Amino acid sequence: MTLITRTGEKPEDYRRVDAVEDLRLDERAVLVPLAFASAALAARPAASVALSVPNDTPVEALQPYLAAAPLIAVEFPSFSDGRGLSLAKRLRRAGFAGTLRASGPLIADQFAEALACGFDEVELPETMANRQPVQQWMEAKDIVTSHYQSGYGEDRSILQKRLAARKG
Amino acid sequence: MYRYDEFDERFVRERVAQFRHQVERRLDGSLSDDEFKPLRLKNGLYLQLHAYMLRVAIPYGTLNARQLRQLAHIATRFDKGYAHFTTRQNLQYNWPKLKDVPEILDLLADVEMHCIQTSGNCIRNVTSDQFAGVAKDEVEDPRPTGELIRQWSSLHPEFAWLPRKFKIAVTGAEHDRAAIKVHDIGLRVLRHAETGEVGYEVIVGGGLGRTPMIGKVIRDFLPKGELLAYLEAVMRVYNAEGRRDNKYKARVKILVHETGPEEFIRRVEAEYAQLNGPTINAPEDEVERIAAYFAPPPYEALPEDSAILDAARRADPALDRFVEQNGFAHKQPGYVALTVSLKPIGGVPGDMSDAQMLAFADIAERWSFDELRVTHSQNLVLPHVRQDDVPAVFAALQAAGLATANAGLVTDIIACPGLDYCALATARSIPIAQGIARTFADEARQREIGPLPIKISGCINACGHHHVGAIGILGLEKAGVENYQITVGGDATENAALGERLGPGIDAEDVPGAIEAIVDVYLKERQSGEVFIETVRRAGLEPFKAGFQAFIASDEGARTLAAEPAQ
Ligand code: HEM
Ligand code: SF4
Repeated sequence: MTLITRTGEKPEDYRRVDAVEDLRLDERAVLVPLAFASAALAARPAASVALSVPNDTPVEALQPYLAAAPLIAVEFPSFSDGRGLSLAKRLRRAGFAGTLRASGPLIADQFAEALACGFDEVELPETMANRQPVQQWMEAKDIVTSHYQSGYGEDRSILQKRLAARKG
Repeated sequence: MYRYDEFDERFVRERVAQFRHQVERRLDGSLSDDEFKPLRLKNGLYLQLHAYMLRVAIPYGTLNARQLRQLAHIATRFDKGYAHFTTRQNLQYNWPKLKDVPEILDLLADVEMHCIQTSGNCIRNVTSDQFAGVAKDEVEDPRPTGELIRQWSSLHPEFAWLPRKFKIAVTGAEHDRAAIKVHDIGLRVLRHAETGEVGYEVIVGGGLGRTPMIGKVIRDFLPKGELLAYLEAVMRVYNAEGRRDNKYKARVKILVHETGPEEFIRRVEAEYAQLNGPTINAPEDEVERIAAYFAPPPYEALPEDSAILDAARRADPALDRFVEQNGFAHKQPGYVALTVSLKPIGGVPGDMSDAQMLAFADIAERWSFDELRVTHSQNLVLPHVRQDDVPAVFAALQAAGLATANAGLVTDIIACPGLDYCALATARSIPIAQGIARTFADEARQREIGPLPIKISGCINACGHHHVGAIGILGLEKAGVENYQITVGGDATENAALGERLGPGIDAEDVPGAIEAIVDVYLKERQSGEVFIETVRRAGLEPFKAGFQAFIASDEGARTLAAEPAQ
């Protein structure tokens, strides 16, 4: 897999754990399915337990973990399933301040959308990363430089910029 | 009308660059065909039976002469010299080449136009009343709302990968000419009964297609300034919860239907309660800035009636007929709005040649404050014509072959492209429309019959709105033969209703005869002053079923039954 952030590729800090018995194996932080969350938290400090969650998970189910989890990975079953974008928006609204990861076969053309909805990084399967190398992600995210929607992304929307220009 | 500022201009140019980049990445293999498809659809590019098709947005149906000239130029240079106006205030080119598309997009951007979100599972081109700003029954011009929604929905980061397409229509009038009850979201501008404050009635979950439904009111009154935050709440509930397991059940109408309107409302309101409105809604200044572009043109102060026009009408029966049929009362004294029919007898509904576009652009520029409109019944409108000028306008329209006096009549038929163009079609629709129009070509007969919206779709997807036609025609395929189902009683207005089937499907050549039989029932049943749909509502379906059955049983109908396979 390849991890891409807004500034480029980044090494993976987490070990994906898909069986409870592997939880303690080493000191590296783990990324566990939501179903293992309590087992993992019983075995390790909360700051070393990241969660991987399906895109239809209700925010209420994640509420107990939002304060301490260092990272939440939202699973995208396919690039054309946009539910993860709304989940990201809701997680940020609920106060989640850790790293938000979109995990799955996204395409470079969605990078700007993912970032604007609150994701920090994308975890791509290798087959996708081979076809769409990091460079394409960097280019694609910057082609359209502004957006009309207020409340998305870190910069101001076009509507807000217009207002500022008039007041300015 | 609205003009792009530097932000809009840059945005549309960057969108073209983005599409160019996407085409290149498809060609070099970075994007698979499956990945490229939704990207090209979101830019209006379909792959059809014979060629690509490019759909251009005409937001809320408003154009100026310069834009229409550019559309004509593109038709000449990149198509076969014509284009097609659709039922959603879009324009389609049927024969562009993939390699030319980025250049076409540049040419559109030159005149402040685009193809953004005219297809794909996203928020589509927003549509409106063709008589916006003209109609007397209007609370407020709906187009500033349309423009705000156009901007807000363009490349929305969160709602670009919805379960299915999403269509929004806005009207500001009492009489609904924008079919808001058969849209995913319909908005009606209204005044609060007690406070007089302006806001919206919000209707969600209407739609046609294979499961037609009339939308449900989910908010009686939404204050105007809260629009975008409320839309965000509706869209988020739909994006998160709309079905993705079956594309035929993925529209918001199914979610509303399956969860029930009360529960749907509860979820939307729960989401809405968590939003921080002021951080989402358009600043009031911005709403006013947009609205200012739609200020009325500089009308002259004129008397209500024009002696010049009255005299000309007395002298020329054709002009008189045209004004009577295609004229629409204007709120400004001395002015009139004229519907310009794209349904000449025997023509292709909604098609317009490049030469006609150029001629029409000149007419709109000279006599209608450089403005024209596109209607959802595939016609055009000259919104602000001085009554004194109507004789000259009529002569110019006649010279361009655009003076057919049939707005709203039995020959003003809506038809989708059907099997002549569309990859999904099960039957032809254009030749059916042409056959009916020829049958009823006689003007006196059309006038005698009065308003009668006929709508034809070439498959169950219902692009031709057949469910809401007073007479609806649905083309299917039965044992390798085109077969047409006839419905009666549909209505797309504020009295929205879905038509009901009269009986078994019939062959293509029997359709005009069947329509005549239905019309005969109406002429026999109608009471004074009743238009077709009113007679259907009062008398019920039975007489129409009986007339239809009698037609099938008669000699002309016999072939239909012979062709019907035994079941
Ligand atoms: C030629 C290529 C076209 C294709 C492939 C196409 C495809 C479709 C499909 C699949 C649906 C059903 C969607 C659903 O129910 O979820 C649909 C509905 C619709 N289309 Fe088309 N269409 C085409 C052309 C047109 C044209 C030319 C018009 C206008 C004349 C149009 C306007 C509409 C409208 C108004 C609806 C139904 C209303 C609704 O959304 O509920 N389409 N189209
Ligand atoms: S109704 Fe069917 S045949 Fe007609 S345009 Fe739509 S998809 Fe094509």
